[in-house]
Amino acid sequence: MTSTQYDAIVVGAGHNGLVCAAYLAKAGRKVLVLERRHQVGGATTTEEIYPGYKFTCCSYVVSLLRPWIIRDLDLPRHGYEILPLEATVTPFPDGRYLVRDSDPERTRRSIAQFSPRDAEVYKRFGQEMAELGRLIKPLIDEPAPDPLSRDPRELLRIARLGKHVRGQGDDWLFANVKIMTMSAVDFLSEYFECEQLIAPMAVSGIIGTFLGIRSPGTAYVLLHHYMGEIDGSFRAWGLPKGGTGAIADAIASSARALGVEIRTNAPVAHLLMQNGSSGAAAGVVLDNGDEIRAKVVISGLDPHRTFLKLVGEKNLEPELAQQVKRFKMRGSSGKVNLALDALPELACLPGYGPHLQGGITIAPSIDYLERAYDDAKYGAFSRKPFMDVLIPSMTDPTLAPPGKHVMSIFVQYAPYHLKEGAADWPNQREAFGDTVIDTLSEYMPNLKDLILHRQVLTPWDLEQIYGLTEGNIFHGELSLEQLAFQRPLAGWSRYQTPVKNLWMCASGTHPGGGIMGAPGALCARTLLGKRAV
Amino acid sequence: MPIPSPFHERTQPLCSSYRWKDWSGYCAVCSYDTSHEREYFAFRETAGLLDVTPLYKYEVSGPDAGALLARMMVRDMSKLKVGRVAYTCWCDDDGKVIDDGTVSRLGESHFRVTAADPTLHWLQALSRGFDVTIEDSSMRLAALALQGPTSRAILRDAVDPMVGAGSSPIDALKFFGVTRSAISGIPVWISRTGYTGDLGYEVWVEREQALGVWDALMAAGSSHGIEPAGLDALDVVRIEAGFILLGVDYYSSHKVVLESRKSTPLELGFGWMVDLERGNFIGRDAIAAEMKRGSIWQLVGLEVSWEELEALYAGFNLPPSLPATARRDALPIYDEDGRQVGQATSHTWSPLLKKYLAIASVRRGSEAKGTKLQIEHTVEYERRKITATVAPIPFYDPERKRKP
Repeated sequence: MTSTQYDAIVVGAGHNGLVCAAYLAKAGRKVLVLERRHQVGGATTTEEIYPGYKFTCCSYVVSLLRPWIIRDLDLPRHGYEILPLEATVTPFPDGRYLVRDSDPERTRRSIAQFSPRDAEVYKRFGQEMAELGRLIKPLIDEPAPDPLSRDPRELLRIARLGKHVRGQGDDWLFANVKIMTMSAVDFLSEYFECEQLIAPMAVSGIIGTFLGIRSPGTAYVLLHHYMGEIDGSFRAWGLPKGGTGAIADAIASSARALGVEIRTNAPVAHLLMQNGSSGAAAGVVLDNGDEIRAKVVISGLDPHRTFLKLVGEKNLEPELAQQVKRFKMRGSSGKVNLALDALPELACLPGYGPHLQGGITIAPSIDYLERAYDDAKYGAFSRKPFMDVLIPSMTDPTLAPPGKHVMSIFVQYAPYHLKEGAADWPNQREAFGDTVIDTLSEYMPNLKDLILHRQVLTPWDLEQIYGLTEGNIFHGELSLEQLAFQRPLAGWSRYQTPVKNLWMCASGTHPGGGIMGAPGALCARTLLGKRAV
Repeated sequence: MPIPSPFHERTQPLCSSYRWKDWSGYCAVCSYDTSHEREYFAFRETAGLLDVTPLYKYEVSGPDAGALLARMMVRDMSKLKVGRVAYTCWCDDDGKVIDDGTVSRLGESHFRVTAADPTLHWLQALSRGFDVTIEDSSMRLAALALQGPTSRAILRDAVDPMVGAGSSPIDALKFFGVTRSAISGIPVWISRTGYTGDLGYEVWVEREQALGVWDALMAAGSSHGIEPAGLDALDVVRIEAGFILLGVDYYSSHKVVLESRKSTPLELGFGWMVDLERGNFIGRDAIAAEMKRGSIWQLVGLEVSWEELEALYAGFNLPPSLPATARRDALPIYDEDGRQVGQATSHTWSPLLKKYLAIASVRRGSEAKGTKLQIEHTVEYERRKITATVAPIPFYDPERKRKP
């Protein structure tokens, strides 16, 4: 038991939980953050899995972290440093390769090997997408509009948004409708003709979803990835120095400086209800039985965990429980992280160079990616998966000993629900890891000789270790029916929940996943605006 | 026409951008790649290797070398210990700054002076009556700056082990220390100095043996993320470090026509170098008088408001945009009443600090930390003003810079 009275308890020290806590403390509230694991960050994490080698175990790049959060929380002073992600290389089985980087002419020449026409269109496409992303930005920097509201302030806001949308002209509106409904491949095919370009571009549309590049709705996810901005430059991605865990550490350091108390190794068992009633939260009960009281409890967990574990199904109305269960988690990806004795070489582009400082995308054709999805549809990991490969130690040598490297491989598809059942993942983990390494070795022949250590994270592991239900990296799919005023539940998109005094602040709420911080900050803003504490 | 430096044979094939500029009569790389971004991050995250041969260098030796430099420099050079380097400026009789640079004491009676402008005539003019010899070693010596967090590890691997010494001479080298050493059998001087405000070293070598040192450093650096870097990247990091540049942030009193264009050490933030009690040095009386009277100008750092910048561009339905490189076009600075109180002489976006930074000179009264000033910013050919707040310099000052 503790006698300290907190204004708010945040459950889970993921990046959103920390951002939320920092904003509340900034407003003078007394905040306690409880984290089950030994370190903060959640899936925004850097861990020394093999001595001397720091892995960005889960999330591995950053772009969406809102610039105003970086400024408000003074993150650069707390160690937040972002290094540029130089380029994207896509190798093809025929020995050719595509390079896209910050030099527009070099990129144009590279695309022109496959289609001179696409090479010209590419730049315009980038501009149009950046424009779309920029104009949609007001939506991700504010709580989702509530179409059912009769509150005049809310109606005014919706009117303003409507005016903003009308002001962009008809073409913009049509493009938006298309992007909301089409598949990534169809959308891209309206611009491009060569699949050597379409395939690696389309993968942005499937990351973290259980959909294929030809599935409707994936064009929107593509846009979600185009909303990234660094220093006012849209569609810019970066590598956090020290891995993504360093971002969490910077936010935690800022939060502590603002007076937030953070306890690690403090797993929460369930909510503490007021006077035994099921309607209102009064605090939390830890695994060790300690009760800690607060005026509000803010869940940094995904919607499933929040309602089904933290609140408990028995405390939920059956209809609500059904709604929660219908919220699609469906993890579809895994991570393989390697400690390497030296730099690997790309067969298509031998030698060491700046191309190894960027992303290496294994997405050689549209059919390749669709086949990868076919395996997943029937409950198996892809025999030839899509992979997004990075060697972050190329840019940030602090991650590995001198001359050595760490490699981060994002792998899709790895469906949570195997046909043998999710619990069979531990039996298939190494086979999955072998498939990844074998496939990548086709493009990097010397890779196998360099591996000192291999960490394989299946969706099942992501659930076990990081508490991501079904291993979904976004706390729920970023499909249209699960976004904006429908995220996480229709009618409960404003960070408040049907349980009194219980709030939500993580990626399962608007505007969604990625290291964005917006859900955490918007939750704090809404909560303070409603004078909940 | 600029001439190639002794490292040209190596730098030229690497300079895929063909972007060069004239630095003191030498061809100097602006950026090796089309963008200087990778080189900038090398300075801050790994190590950048920069050819600094164009710096002017002078060997001052003889029994009176220390006394001569004590007279010439604002800082007391007679107190400089062997194996130490001092950053200093020097003035004319009126206490107006001529140049700034470093003085290294390589031996009891051997000093090396570096300068941005030719300085031989000034050294010679002052040396009458002193028992010294002065050599212009600018052409004889080549120099490389190796700057960044992994620079120490690279040098540790690159320098030849010393007989009988337990630890590496590099680990023994303190901030602003200088030592004799050898790289691949080539004798060099290594000083822990630089123009990046970070952990870093400068290596001085006879020009005939320059390439051997370049090759050895690049080889040792391959596993530490070494990148050849050019002047565009340097210009961003030096602003972050708050280092001023002759001919940009101030002008040599030997070169300008207008008296008002000259600067004093106090105005440039060099007040810490001044010791009035130590005996006479050139410009002393003028500086003493200025101390009593107060300075007219003050060099300050400015942080430009990003929110206002974003709002300004939003007013044009544009995303915010800043030049990709550091800029030297002076921008007028106004106070809150709209009076022009100075000028920003260098400005850059800092990718590391996420701030738009400027180095400026403002009139007395506007220099206090936190003062809200206005800086001119042009969008779509329209000149506007946005808030810039006076901030302490250096903007960026990592602990590793001076860590033992």
